[in-house]
Amino acid sequence: MDKTKKEPLIHITKRKMISKKREWAIRLGSILIALVVCAIITTLTTHLNPISVYASMIDGSFGSERKIWALLKELSILLMVSVALAPAFKMKFWNLGGGGQVMAGVLATTSCMILLENKMPSGAIILVSLIAALAAGALWAFIPAFCKAKWNTNETLFTLMMNYVATQLVAYFIIKWESPRGSGKIGIINPNTEAGWLPVVAGKQYLLPVLVAIVITIFMYIYLKYSKQGYELSVVGESQNTARYVGINVGKVIIRTLILCGLICGLTGWLLVAGTDHTMTTTIEAGRGFLGVMVAWLAHFNPIGMVLSGLLMVFMSRGGGEISTAFGLNKSFGDILTGIILFFVIGSEFFINYQIHFRKSHGKEAADV
Amino acid sequence: MQDSRTPAVSMRNITKTFGSIVANRGVNLDIYRGEILSLLGENGSGKTTLMNMLSGIYYPDEGEIFIDGKPVQISSPKDAYDYGIGMIYQHFKLVNVFTAAQNIILGIDSHDGKKIPKWNKLDLQTASKKIREICDAYGFDVDPDKKVYDMSVSEKQTVEIVKVLYKGADILILDEPTAVLTPQETEKLFNVLRNMRADGKTVVIITHKLHEVEEISDKVAVLRKGEFIGQLITSETNAQEMTNMMVGREVKLNIDRPEPKNVKPRLEVKGLTVKSEDGVVKLDDVSFTANTGEVLGIAGISGCGQKELLEAIAGLQPIESGDILYVEDDGSKTNLVGMSDLEIDAKGVSLAFVPEDRLGMGLVANMDLVDNMMLRSFRRKGKIAGFTDRKTPRDLAQKVVDELEVVTPGLETPIRRLSGGNVQKVLVGREIAMNPTILMSAYAVRGLDINASYTIYDLINQQKQRGVAVIFVGEDLDVLLELSDRILVLCGGKVSGVVDGRTADKHEVGLLMTKVGGGAVG
Repeated sequence: MDKTKKEPLIHITKRKMISKKREWAIRLGSILIALVVCAIITTLTTHLNPISVYASMIDGSFGSERKIWALLKELSILLMVSVALAPAFKMKFWNLGGGGQVMAGVLATTSCMILLENKMPSGAIILVSLIAALAAGALWAFIPAFCKAKWNTNETLFTLMMNYVATQLVAYFIIKWESPRGSGKIGIINPNTEAGWLPVVAGKQYLLPVLVAIVITIFMYIYLKYSKQGYELSVVGESQNTARYVGINVGKVIIRTLILCGLICGLTGWLLVAGTDHTMTTTIEAGRGFLGVMVAWLAHFNPIGMVLSGLLMVFMSRGGGEISTAFGLNKSFGDILTGIILFFVIGSEFFINYQIHFRKSHGKEAADV
Repeated sequence: MQDSRTPAVSMRNITKTFGSIVANRGVNLDIYRGEILSLLGENGSGKTTLMNMLSGIYYPDEGEIFIDGKPVQISSPKDAYDYGIGMIYQHFKLVNVFTAAQNIILGIDSHDGKKIPKWNKLDLQTASKKIREICDAYGFDVDPDKKVYDMSVSEKQTVEIVKVLYKGADILILDEPTAVLTPQETEKLFNVLRNMRADGKTVVIITHKLHEVEEISDKVAVLRKGEFIGQLITSETNAQEMTNMMVGREVKLNIDRPEPKNVKPRLEVKGLTVKSEDGVVKLDDVSFTANTGEVLGIAGISGCGQKELLEAIAGLQPIESGDILYVEDDGSKTNLVGMSDLEIDAKGVSLAFVPEDRLGMGLVANMDLVDNMMLRSFRRKGKIAGFTDRKTPRDLAQKVVDELEVVTPGLETPIRRLSGGNVQKVLVGREIAMNPTILMSAYAVRGLDINASYTIYDLINQQKQRGVAVIFVGEDLDVLLELSDRILVLCGGKVSGVVDGRTADKHEVGLLMTKVGGGAVG
């Protein structure tokens, strides 16, 4: 009888419950496997010792105080974008326009700094540019949110398109304000007066963005977990019907949440221009609007978890850059390793949600993965 | 029960587990040709799982299946068809934009035992002919060229059955086939099933309605908590015995109907007309009164405006014309039309609403019990403005769990992990905690086991005795007739009659459900 059995080799079942411990064990396990796979691929393709490659990646991220600060700055900016996206995604509003909303803030800040130089004191410029950046970011998020609430437009396409509009506007103003003339770029804004530049806190140039990111992350954690608005937006995300049933004004919640999202993105743009870069380029946002989606999703929209997932992303990109220079490898090699690790980390979610049973060979042992 | 014949299907020692849940344990079941077998059991007793192992959806962990005495392995629906087993599911699996014939021949790769070459022309004509033959043989009524989206629920079900017969099945399994049918349609279906039996086919119907078991089946097999309890010859048993086997202890089968006290109008609906977004009239000039201390049953085929009626009263549905008057204790009236439910709430009108779609509307499936309780209370002022107060809803959740005996691993368990009956207890418990003056419920016992159903009936009666005006939309006419003081019948969005729940009979209500008559309105 057993010989003819056509029982399938594996069964996949949805898990009912999984302990937090096991969940993290699976995640860590997936990273370990990813590292092993990366090591094999590194050895096969480059004939380098994978251990020294990893050491160099760690060195690239944490090797010196300067490198650590650069990592923290990167992490802060990425974290702010991710945290900004969290409420929208929790509401199942697929905001792919984080980048555009940051760019709106960037453009507003730059405009204020360039146009107001010598017209008011630096402190006032900082304040005006902050307000302008917040407003611009909020506006960029409000437009798709309003259309979604009113006419149920597709927010994915809408926010995506808004990115291009923002980037094109920035491109236009770069040419308009280019300095020096004919260079096609803006260069450092107000290099002599430093008007509108954010002050350096405690002698550390990147401390301010780090502090702002910490505050915003904690704020968002509390907002999502304990505030009435946070509760409303998760009800809207889970079921608009239920939201209507208990009298939540769905359109209002969508618009309010997206404005919050845009405000934080605008703030990020302000920090980028006035705080760290002191210039405006079309690539200043550097794809963080999309990377932030991944960071937020990996952390299941938990702002505290995003610190970890954001760190992973920044570590991979900085470490990847380091090995390219240290070993003279093609720049894409770092991307390959990042891709492998992401594949395993995202893939591990499958094993958290599902369980695989192999066909019982003899007796009752069922293997779990 | 001994039988010298070889069973068409014989299941031996079938066990199936899902994780730690045992869906079936050591089940033995014999099904004979030319018989109609009822598979009886409460929700979650493993009836559908057991049959899914015959139809190839699941594969048993342990045990064997014999077809005509030969051991077989059924590991896919295709295998099942090869053995002549076909299942008609509760949720139809039809392509809406296809015609009946297109749906029926979908996935068929052989004709009269010959494999159809892959690139052959699609021969709808022969198919239609064969479909007509099947229909004539058993008394079905199907137009092969009608599109599925134009069909009524009963027609769709017929297509599903014909589909299975077309594929050559001679063992048919129907999963709760009458759940969506009117009494008249049920009668029609049963006649068809009897014709099939006469033709020597084997029919299994999964059900939890006792009167249907008695009406249609030759034998009845009872499952309880995944285990096989026993098989009886229908004519030799009765409803009480079957219920006791199903539940595992003595159960009273009568629904209480306390005499209404202190009856006065609470809600007057006058000339209510509602259109759907695309302009289809969903409610047409509906007028009625709901009284305090009374259960007003609402009967009708599903989709006749019941949902729109309740949602219109709850302020969730734009209203074309008409009035919804809330009558205060002192007789003063407030028109609720045009008010959002927040404004209705602010007027002090406490309107509890248990919607049909429990997890999609009444509750949030992914949230835990506490957060679901909070849906009704989160707006209330908490300790810190703008922040949620989780203590009150937590206490309420605990109270509901204790008083209504909700089975849950904890208050932090997402509600979707609870069984249907427990989900409903949570929802009804929360709504009753509002101290409502009007309680509306839609299909409050759908999918619930007997115990849970009776808990819900009791709660409804308690509210009625508290003086609440209860509006109870139901689908099981027997229940409606036992529970309601008055029954309003809707047909195609119109009121086709209002009858007294104590004197009306099932047939009369059934006729009103299918015929738009200008019955008295009161």
